[in-house]
Amino acid sequence: MPVTSESAPPLSGIAAAAPPTARSIAWRFSNVAEVIQETPRARTLILDVPGWPGHRAGQHVDVRLTAEDGYQAQRSYSIASAPEDTRVGLTVERLDDGEVSPYLTDELRVGDRLELRGPIGGHFVWDVSISGPLLLVAGGSGVVPLRAMLRHRAAALGTADAGARHQVPARLLYSSRRWDEVVYRDELARLAEDDPTLEVTLTLTREQPQGWTGFRRRIDRMMLAEVAWPPAERPHVFVCGGTLLVESVASALVALGHDPARVKTERFGPTGGSA
Amino acid sequence: MDSNALRLDGNAAAGILSEIFISDLTAARATCAGCGATGAVGALLVYAHGMGTVMRCPSCNAVVLCITRTATQVRLDPTGARRIVIDAATLPA
Repeated sequence: MPVTSESAPPLSGIAAAAPPTARSIAWRFSNVAEVIQETPRARTLILDVPGWPGHRAGQHVDVRLTAEDGYQAQRSYSIASAPEDTRVGLTVERLDDGEVSPYLTDELRVGDRLELRGPIGGHFVWDVSISGPLLLVAGGSGVVPLRAMLRHRAAALGTADAGARHQVPARLLYSSRRWDEVVYRDELARLAEDDPTLEVTLTLTREQPQGWTGFRRRIDRMMLAEVAWPPAERPHVFVCGGTLLVESVASALVALGHDPARVKTERFGPTGGSA
Repeated sequence: MDSNALRLDGNAAAGILSEIFISDLTAARATCAGCGATGAVGALLVYAHGMGTVMRCPSCNAVVLCITRTATQVRLDPTGARRIVIDAATLPA
């Protein structure tokens, strides 16, 4: 019978191992249950994580790969799934000179194990109880944690009436290089179609499909002024993408008059943290 | 690539901070000992591509927290943090 009480005495005659530090975020093995190719360069790993304690939209996990000789490489990946989803999803974009992502996007198969710890982070998080307009700005795979927020929002609001939805209207401004690199393209279109209080705006910076009438430049101050709520509406803002995009968007928002304390950022670097 | 293009947010240090602190420190607020600016630890600028994790003040660029790991130690240098305030509601139950 498992001992569940922390204060239970060790069983007699058995040397007590160091007690697990219940509050620390432990490394654990997950199992790859499904793989979804999102774009030519990005795929979503759907994981069964034994003992997963649940997460908040916007949090990430640390993933650790160990080579046969013991060498370890560690990176952070945003959680793509909503807290309401039954399994944990990570969407990984391939970096050609990456040490970890090519393994995750090219090698890992259904049934393989993947070591991770999490959920991690309590700053870049949002849930539906935080009322007020929600402004999400993404560059490339920076859309991943913002998608978790939108999925959470859709699940939590469910069949809520228009009044409840209008408490948390949401807008996503998402910059991609080209149409086939837009991660979650169909899902985002469907979410916006089903919900008049969600607006999704794309900008395609390198190549546009024929007949494209949307934005075709990098996100700039003028675009933000057009798409975002005015600062007086006090939106909660989450910006995620490459470091340069995040910094230029965050400074443009502050220049437009948004409260810096309400502009939360998550920069994606080529390294996701030190091992 | 210069190091400004490689910097991250305090969020990126949440994992290594969780090895040291029992509550999530990125949601806590730190006061910079250099300029006195106060903000979320998750909003500090993180340079994690070198030997350790260096967390700098977004206002004055002073080092607020620095964490290095060796084969046998994790070392935290908190000299640059005058104060760290953790909201009781975020403490582990």
